[in-house]
Amino acid sequence: MIAFIGRLGQFSIDRVAAMGKMFNFLLAAFMLVFRRPAKLNLIVYHIKTIGVDSLSVVALSGFFTGMVMGFQGYYSLRKFSAESFLGSAAALGLIRELGPVLSAFMVTGRTGSAMAAELGTMRATEQIDALDSMAINPVKYLVSPRIIAGLIAMPLLTAIFDVIGIFGSYLVGVSMLGVSSGSFFAGIENSVVFHDVYSGFVKSISFGLIITWICCYKGFNAPPMATGVSQATTESVVLSFVLILVWDYFLTSIML
Amino acid sequence: MIQVANLFKSFRGQQVLRGVNLEFATGKITTIVGTSGCGKTVLLKHLNALYLPDRGEIFIDGVDITKLRQKELYEIRSKFGVLFQGAALLDSLTVFDNVAFPLREKTTLTESEIKKKVDSRIEQVGLGKMGAKFPAELSGGMKKRAGLARALATDPEIVLFDEPTTGLDPVLATSIHQLIARTQDEFGYTGIIVSHTIPQVFEISDYVAMLAGGIIENVSAPAEFCASANPVVQQFIHGKTEGPIQVL
Ligand SMILES: Nc1ncnc2c1ncn2[C@@H]1O[C@H](COP(=O)(O)OP(=O)(O)O)[C@@H](O)[C@H]1O
Ligand SMILES: [Mg+2]
Repeated sequence: MIAFIGRLGQFSIDRVAAMGKMFNFLLAAFMLVFRRPAKLNLIVYHIKTIGVDSLSVVALSGFFTGMVMGFQGYYSLRKFSAESFLGSAAALGLIRELGPVLSAFMVTGRTGSAMAAELGTMRATEQIDALDSMAINPVKYLVSPRIIAGLIAMPLLTAIFDVIGIFGSYLVGVSMLGVSSGSFFAGIENSVVFHDVYSGFVKSISFGLIITWICCYKGFNAPPMATGVSQATTESVVLSFVLILVWDYFLTSIML
Repeated sequence: MIQVANLFKSFRGQQVLRGVNLEFATGKITTIVGTSGCGKTVLLKHLNALYLPDRGEIFIDGVDITKLRQKELYEIRSKFGVLFQGAALLDSLTVFDNVAFPLREKTTLTESEIKKKVDSRIEQVGLGKMGAKFPAELSGGMKKRAGLARALATDPEIVLFDEPTTGLDPVLATSIHQLIARTQDEFGYTGIIVSHTIPQVFEISDYVAMLAGGIIENVSAPAEFCASANPVVQQFIHGKTEGPIQVL
């Protein structure tokens, strides 16, 4: 019994210490953004990588999510004879919730896992040590630009997801199920207010931070072997997914 | 002069270094030998403070580098060139850019000065035509030589070589040894080599130190080292399975 309490205590201490390390890592990465020399070219490069890598999956999943919302929304709304609200239901759902969350999932799977694997490999092959030994701060060189790029690229990808999703539900609702085009768009115009867009924006920007932070941290601190890299990749994806959902709940509840 | 005093290091309960005492003479080449996994790389990584010891000090020109702050540490590190065990070239950059990297990041040289210097370094290590290749396109020996070019790019005062010839054929190994000897002659750096390529590496070494059981068993000039009566040294250089070094 005593041993169990001891183990529980040790476990909690380890968890809290690990969390502290993760926050320190994030803090260091942020502070180093402002330290000269600025690494603008690296930030642009990573925005490009994140954007180009994830654009196709984000667009595709946005399109299908939108089409599904067209069907499901139509089915639900018809029960109240309110099919004409399809546009507003789809747009609100996408902009406030599904767009940020699902595109964050896509980016995690496509770019986040690659980030963890890349940094983990750099750790295992001593490339991170090499940077350090050349007196180049590896966090500033490898991590800070990726985090800033995540903050910028994620809202852009989310916006693309939203637009394509709304188009998808338009296609299903208006072209296939016969909702009138005018009421579809009028619904969007009447119900979507700036606050909806704003809350989607805040969500997507914070998901961008979560993804790059977790994936960089896991990769950067991967045990220096092949199994370490695969483990870091898996852990980073799972932890990102979980944190995205938890943080989403938290943000939704305070910004409703 | 680099002075290692009573260095201890363990990883999660595994004692790797148990009181290493060693001096590296300025402008000379010292070779560290020892069985695989005995902690040679760990010792090397302490010398430019990539690892910090649990206990003990490392003095470089009288300064204890284990107590420095980040900024001072980076100043000390710019005195070093390091050739890592697997070369550790940055995957995303070409050979030319890899060698140019420390110059671009850490010096105020113009791009044309950098180009001249990098080209001459790449030429010196016999990779004249490989500048535009990426590390993934090189053989193991070429990577090592590219890593050597990068280690020497900044005209370092101290160069650390972690197993520069492991996994290379004997001819290439000799050519790397000659390269180290020649560049050391030319630039006069303090060279510290970790190597299993004995006795060939002794030809370019001024001193040989043997790491075993987490301490330095013996350090002396190569001829004396080979003649040493120390049973650990004798077992190691003759590759015997019986003796004080526990195998398996
Ligand atoms: N970063 C690290 N974390 C945990 N253990 C390590 C680390 N670096 C080295 N070790 C352990 O220290 C021991 C010595 O390793 P190393 O110095 O690489 O051996 P070698 O003499 O072959 O270079 C090994 O048992 C290795 O597992
Ligand atoms: Mg080693």
